[in-house]
Amino acid sequence: MKLTHKQKKMLIRIISALVLLAAAMVISHIVTLPKAALVVIFLIPFAIAGYDVVFKAVRNIGHGQVFDENFLMTVATIGAMIIGEYSEGAAVMLFYQVGELFQSIATAKSRRNIAELMDIRPDSAVVLRDGERKELHPSEVNIGELIEVRPGEKVPLDGIVVDGESTLDTSALTGESLPGEAVAGTEILSGCVNLSGTITVKVQKPFGESTVSKILELVETASSKKARTENFITRFARIYTPAVVGAAVLLAVIPPLVTGSGWAMWITRALTFLVVSCPCALVISVPMSFFGGIGGASKQGILIKGGNYMETLAKANTIIFDKTGTLTKGSFSVARVDPYGCEESELIKLAALAESESNHLIAKSLVEKAQEMGIEPLEVEDYHEIAGKGVSCTLNGRKICAGNFDFIAESCQTVTQERIGIGSDLRALAVLSKTVNEGTVVYVSCDGKFMGALEISDMLKSDSAKAIKSLKSMGIKTIMLTGDNNAAAKSAAQGLEIDELHAELLPEQKVEYAEEIISQANGATAFVGDGINDAPVLSRADVGIAMGAAGSDAAIEAADIVLMNDNPSAIAEAIKISKKTIRIVYQNISFALGIKAVVLVTSALGFTNMWLAVFADVGVAILAILNAMRAGRVKK
Amino acid sequence: MAMVKKVYAMEDLDCANCARKMQDAVNKLDGVESCEVNFMLQKMTLEFDEDSHDKVIKQVKKCVRRVEPDCTVLFD
Repeated sequence: MKLTHKQKKMLIRIISALVLLAAAMVISHIVTLPKAALVVIFLIPFAIAGYDVVFKAVRNIGHGQVFDENFLMTVATIGAMIIGEYSEGAAVMLFYQVGELFQSIATAKSRRNIAELMDIRPDSAVVLRDGERKELHPSEVNIGELIEVRPGEKVPLDGIVVDGESTLDTSALTGESLPGEAVAGTEILSGCVNLSGTITVKVQKPFGESTVSKILELVETASSKKARTENFITRFARIYTPAVVGAAVLLAVIPPLVTGSGWAMWITRALTFLVVSCPCALVISVPMSFFGGIGGASKQGILIKGGNYMETLAKANTIIFDKTGTLTKGSFSVARVDPYGCEESELIKLAALAESESNHLIAKSLVEKAQEMGIEPLEVEDYHEIAGKGVSCTLNGRKICAGNFDFIAESCQTVTQERIGIGSDLRALAVLSKTVNEGTVVYVSCDGKFMGALEISDMLKSDSAKAIKSLKSMGIKTIMLTGDNNAAAKSAAQGLEIDELHAELLPEQKVEYAEEIISQANGATAFVGDGINDAPVLSRADVGIAMGAAGSDAAIEAADIVLMNDNPSAIAEAIKISKKTIRIVYQNISFALGIKAVVLVTSALGFTNMWLAVFADVGVAILAILNAMRAGRVKK
Repeated sequence: MAMVKKVYAMEDLDCANCARKMQDAVNKLDGVESCEVNFMLQKMTLEFDEDSHDKVIKQVKKCVRRVEPDCTVLFD
């Protein structure tokens, strides 16, 4: 532990005051000293330990700060000395300073931890300008300029790789430990660490709009969106000190007047009140816990825009998922090709040609597949699209049909009934239709002969099932909303064990459904989407979560919680972090208030003394800070 | 009124309760739309009327000095 200059100085003062105080206590025990001498030998350690406290107290009164911590400590300790408790006065001041020192060390440590979490800001960029390499601050680099990033360096600005190849560590952004490949043409984000080779990058965004700046800004401004507990503590702190000081005055004056008992005793008890009158433990530890939690989450690629969202997420008992792009990869592709009595490429060719006129996503994925395989597009004639069934067209006089099971079964029957006999073909169809996974199957026939089937699917993400499972184990209800057809949605939901499913929804229906679910849920509702066209729902849910947002400004803007990576399992992680943070906050509040209440009551009754009161003040603050620091600790 | 939002670094902000008091005091100033003192980051976010920039800064400095004389806001 490295101490600052100020802290070292304080440590030396504390040690010397401690030695002198011990000496004074021994001397006063052995020899009977006159009162003046007693005052002097205890005043020396008192002054060494607390001269700055007294000085600040006097100065701050000049500024009108009556309930200042320094002032209260000064009144309490000097008051103790005036009524003859010399060793008590000096010792309490010393103990208070020890506590303050620990508190300052703990705060510095916690600030450092957070600074480390945010240590993703690049300090410099090597620009290739006017044929020279210049090292500049990233904010001085213009869009379109070329920068060079060597292995081990952070990528300073968002851009496109134009030369070189390398692997990039994106863990600082996404929390994902798997390195990503970067070759010419790859878009890369600032904040990644270049691992293996030197790359030249064409800058696409100014520093202020680059990913790394956005993330840091988001995390730093997160503390301005305060949780309800935090606002409560702020309001509480405003009335706590005056209330305790008021109680102290009453305690000093009323009992002696009423009962006629000694003033000294009641004044001592009242002074004890002053010591516990600072709400520091709460005021420090509650925001610190939220800050730590938000910082720790960002380390895992989870950006939480404020303590209030953390609070709501911890209470969430319903989570609505958008399907495409959230639980599934969001890009359709040909997952399986099952030719029946022809070449695979022939089947793809027929399907792609038949669908080439269609705008449907599924059709597009077929055409793409054909292009990949180098199949030339040909003109088709007599194109018909039969809504909800499929398409048919003529190519070189051959009739091609592509569509769903019923449509193709029908086309095979009508044309081929007599020629081939439908038995074997339909059996093949039946077999295929049973082995469908979660995708959409396109069946193809040519001149009434069944050619085979292709499965087009939007694959589930590899950890979607795990994500749903861990949410369910937390007792959270999962609901999926999708615009996809019932069959595809159902099979996806089954594989994931989603509780509730609403399919075939138009975008505005999604909003309606989500609103209904939100109003019916008895707890908080979160909505998870990819942020592309679900902004209305994101903003209407109690907590809007956008996924896979690395590089997507719109998603970062619209959501309350932003998952930089693509893994739905990060949602469970975000909930865990939120719950842990909230738990720590409540622990600190109840601990600090509990101890203070106990000390106030027992001091009023005379069971405890000023020593314990100092512990209730600074000791509790230190323990609360140490507890708050746990919030930022993340399992790796 | 031309409102601007700026973030200033702070030095020697050692007490969280003081940070709260500063924030309360600055928020009451004329020409200040909002103020947030972040104890953890030692930063002050100030939204104020740029037309009376000098006056606001002077008053903010005064507020900070009154609450915690050792603490300074780095306005430059």
